Amino acid sequence: MEIDPLIFRLSIFILSIFVGYYVVWSVTPSLHTPLMSVTNAISSVIIVGAIIAGLSGNSETVFNTSSIFGFLAIALAAINIFGGFLVTQRMLAMYKKKKKDK
Amino acid sequence: MISANLSAIFYLVSGVLFILALRGLSSPETSRQGNLFGISGMVIAITVTFLSTGNFSTGFIFVLIFILAGGSIGAFIAYRIPMTAMPELVAGFHSLVGLAAVFVAISAFLNPEAFNLGMPGNIKLGSLIEMSIGAAVGAVTFSGSVIAFLKLQGIMSGSPITFKGQHPLNAIILVSIIILIYLLCSTQSSNLFWILLAVSFLIGFLLIIPIGGADMPVVISMLNSYSGWAAAGIGFTLENTALIITGALVGSSGAILSYIMCKGMNRSFFNVILGGFGATDETSVEKNKEQRPVKSGNADDAAFLMKNASSVIIVPGYGMAVAQAQHALREMVDTLKKNDIKVSYAIHPVAGRMPGHMNVLLAEANVPYDEVFELEEINNDFANADVAFVIGANDVTNPVAKTDPQSPIYGMPVLDVEKCKSVLFVKRSLSPGYAGIDNDLFYKENTLMLFADAKKMTEDITKNL
Repeated sequence: MEIDPLIFRLSIFILSIFVGYYVVWSVTPSLHTPLMSVTNAISSVIIVGAIIAGLSGNSETVFNTSSIFGFLAIALAAINIFGGFLVTQRMLAMYKKKKKDK
Repeated sequence: MISANLSAIFYLVSGVLFILALRGLSSPETSRQGNLFGISGMVIAITVTFLSTGNFSTGFIFVLIFILAGGSIGAFIAYRIPMTAMPELVAGFHSLVGLAAVFVAISAFLNPEAFNLGMPGNIKLGSLIEMSIGAAVGAVTFSGSVIAFLKLQGIMSGSPITFKGQHPLNAIILVSIIILIYLLCSTQSSNLFWILLAVSFLIGFLLIIPIGGADMPVVISMLNSYSGWAAAGIGFTLENTALIITGALVGSSGAILSYIMCKGMNRSFFNVILGGFGATDETSVEKNKEQRPVKSGNADDAAFLMKNASSVIIVPGYGMAVAQAQHALREMVDTLKKNDIKVSYAIHPVAGRMPGHMNVLLAEANVPYDEVFELEEINNDFANADVAFVIGANDVTNPVAKTDPQSPIYGMPVLDVEKCKSVLFVKRSLSPGYAGIDNDLFYKENTLMLFADAKKMTEDITKNL
């Protein structure tokens, strides 16, 4: 008997939860705010679904109800991707060590 | 057009890059590289999606336009936002992830053929279950984050909004969501899909309104977690590995942060979620209030105390963020250091309105991160320090958490500020903090209250040093 592909996806999902669990516990508490903004940015990888939705129109018309929702989702996710990564970059650039010569 | 197998491998690569992005945050040195891993993961995921659809017609142009439009808004916000507004920003961003998940689910529901999920009215059962869970969680994330955003921004009052029958109502709505998903999957009715979305928006709203301002660290972390689960739900629908991995990562990350925040307040997760904390009866507070003597001083006294100290510990809190006092504080510390006074910072896990809020503000003011310590690292040092400078913090320093089992904050880990030789407490008035209880620290023999705006007081002290 074949195994349903869903089981494989479920395995990836469960293992990723464990990976996430151990990786996030090792994040230093002083970087918890950048952690939130970067997780925000990466969860916007949902844009891949939005792109498929946006391209779902046929050759005659680009816009139908379904693809319009796709385009809106693309814009929302893009705000998050650019905003999330850039603001994280901006924050991380501020974390500096003590200067030795002082 | 590339094969489905090849694109699945690339999605896996981008999932791994996202893991490395989080891994980088284990120390500030590796964090910037981590962020670059995250960006590369995103670029790979988007490129592969384009290549796998193989559609570079007019639709593709529009996709690019929307990416650029959203991207420039995002970039604009990212550069303009002041660091003190970070909690609002993160809450706002969560709402966008939630809404994007809802839109993708709607699109997949209306046009399942585009996603290989079957025909309208006859969507594969498994996909429909995943889709409706993703959409429901996404909708909760959206409306919940909007409320959190409004509360943090001050557009909506930060105090908890409670009414009779609130919890039974929420319970009924949650059960009805499960029933709706079941009915939706057995009938494929589009009306039920819209009702499910409406009810999910409603419950997100109802879940967050009873939670007060200082519990926001838990709320933001929780919504962070939800946005991950929503993404994972959609990932299952689209059979996309990158999305499943990311959803799981973000989901567990948010859950861990909520746990850390709850532990920092010694409260259970359910206690926070059920809300209403800090909405104490005015009468009971009034009744217990006795007039006790308080020593208050001015910037001159504070400067004198600090000048004669050999070590000072700074305890910042949300009040510092409100007054935007972090730069003034750093200048004060610079002056202290010139006089060979040892200065360190003590951060309570729930100081501020989101996890790590104080650390970001201090970093913004060019405070080196190796001078900033967490509660466990520094709590023993208070006994040896000469001066504790409490700026904008309150409940997290209240010794009552250690002494009075009747107190609502009993058992909460607090900073042992009272063990210092003297305590300087910058505050506008004697009003109680978020928990609605009086701080015993105000009335201690060795406490000097500095009644003023945090920023102005800090600047005045610097002048007097």
